[in-house]
Amino acid sequence: MTNVNLTVNGKPVRRDVPDTTLLSDFLREDLRLTGTHVGCDTSQCGACVVHVNGKAVKSCTALAVSLDGAEVTTIEGVAQGRELHPMQAAFNDHHALQCGFCTPGMIMSGIDMVNRYRAAGKDLDAETIRHELEGNICRCTGYHNIVRAIEDAAARIQGADAPAHAAE
Amino acid sequence: MYPTKYHKPASLEDAVAGLRSAEDGALLAGGQTLLPTMKQHLAAPTDLIDIRGIDGMSGIRVEGDVLVIGAATTHAEVAGSSDVQAAIPALAQLASGIGDAAVRHMGTIGGSVANNDPVADYPSAVLALGATIVTDRREIAAEDYFQGMFMTALEEAEIIRELRFPKPRRAAYAKFPNPASRYALVGVFVADTAAGACVAVTGASESGVFRHEGLEAALSGDFSADAVDGVEISSEGFMSDIHADADYRANLVRVMARRAVAALG
Ligand SMILES: Cc1cc2nc3c(=O)[nH]c(=O)nc-3n(C[C@H](O)[C@H](O)[C@H](O)COP(=O)(O)OP(=O)(O)OC[C@H]3O[C@@H](n4cnc5c(N)ncnc54)[C@H](O)[C@@H]3O)c2cc1C
Ligand code: FES
Ligand code: FES
Repeated sequence: MTNVNLTVNGKPVRRDVPDTTLLSDFLREDLRLTGTHVGCDTSQCGACVVHVNGKAVKSCTALAVSLDGAEVTTIEGVAQGRELHPMQAAFNDHHALQCGFCTPGMIMSGIDMVNRYRAAGKDLDAETIRHELEGNICRCTGYHNIVRAIEDAAARIQGADAPAHAAE
Repeated sequence: MYPTKYHKPASLEDAVAGLRSAEDGALLAGGQTLLPTMKQHLAAPTDLIDIRGIDGMSGIRVEGDVLVIGAATTHAEVAGSSDVQAAIPALAQLASGIGDAAVRHMGTIGGSVANNDPVADYPSAVLALGATIVTDRREIAAEDYFQGMFMTALEEAEIIRELRFPKPRRAAYAKFPNPASRYALVGVFVADTAAGACVAVTGASESGVFRHEGLEAALSGDFSADAVDGVEISSEGFMSDIHADADYRANLVRVMARRAVAALG
């Protein structure tokens, strides 16, 4: 057991965790933040993507103990109160999900890519989005509407010039 | 995952000491190879020594004609570095094509080079550019470092500190990604260096990354994509698996070599 201090969705969290605890298990089992999904055990599906210190990472491939002092944002932390994050709203508007299992990871990866491309002053077009989604697998939608949603959200965020991370 | 004890030493000396005193210790860098392996019960180290907290283990700097990259520098940092883009753009491009964005935010160059996966990208750049692997105790030339798939010259409890890449005149990397894993089905790194044409191939051989002498000889005479066509690419010792057989890989070596040379401009 090791004591870890984290900030999760803006709130300080302190827990004793076994050294083998993955961040995904810590979020789901200890904090009951079950919006972060676990879809594989090979680190390939991306359903578990969260932001650690503002960057997308696979929470199933990081140890909670190694993240002492880190800021973590999960899908539960991106909306502002009842107002959806523009990425969530765009997924809704474009019907970018069917079963929804991959969606939390898609949204967290989508926000991360919009942030990175904005910071670099680069355009995020449909082809780039497809390439950027390499680490997120969807078994239902065929990706078209996911790509459209991210493209639209990127435009909305750019247009509003609102902070892309609500909670970071 | 089997039980393990996590340590985060503050110095390289403490990390080496930790590895030495552990029953079966392993270094932890980005964890993008080690943790999936542990989850699948294919590795069960008694102790994990996390090197990410050690001062000076990550970062990028230019020393004259040498680009120096700390072992714990992430793939995303290498891909996004203006120093790398200016000194060896092919290396930044290679890093930007590893796995996916989330893997690149965590995975490190030192972890990749230490692991020496026969389908990993970085080993080809390290070998073709004639980089030096600097560890806690010595410097190892790339040509002495890679010793077959997952095998390196690293000794017990030896830690890579940084990699030193001499700037080539020109270099390019062409990769045919495995559509499922994104690792290289075949990757070819071509460098035009002071020592002549260097061509390193990853993803193809059962003994891991290697330099292709035939391609190097052809390019030394005529540094053009057409020069690649006349070279015999033997598939002997190449991997055959559900993704590609040896002959297909041999053909990909030629196609990727052509693309890399064409990209040199
Ligand atoms: C979904 C997915 C896709 C991927 N795709 C690719 C790809 O396309 N191309 C590619 O090349 N790789 C790919 N990878 C692997 C990735 O690049 C890893 O980050 C890398 O191979 C290992 O680096 P790491 O920092 O994560 O090391 P870790 O997993 O932490 O460690 C790997 C090994 O190296 C040892 N080690 C780590 N640092 C050092 C050091 N400084 N000195 C000595 N030993 C050390 C560790 O003890 C361990 O044995 C992929 C991984 C995943 C999960
Ligand atoms: S659950 Fe993390 S990548 Fe699949
Ligand atoms: S919506 Fe079902 S997996 Fe993507």
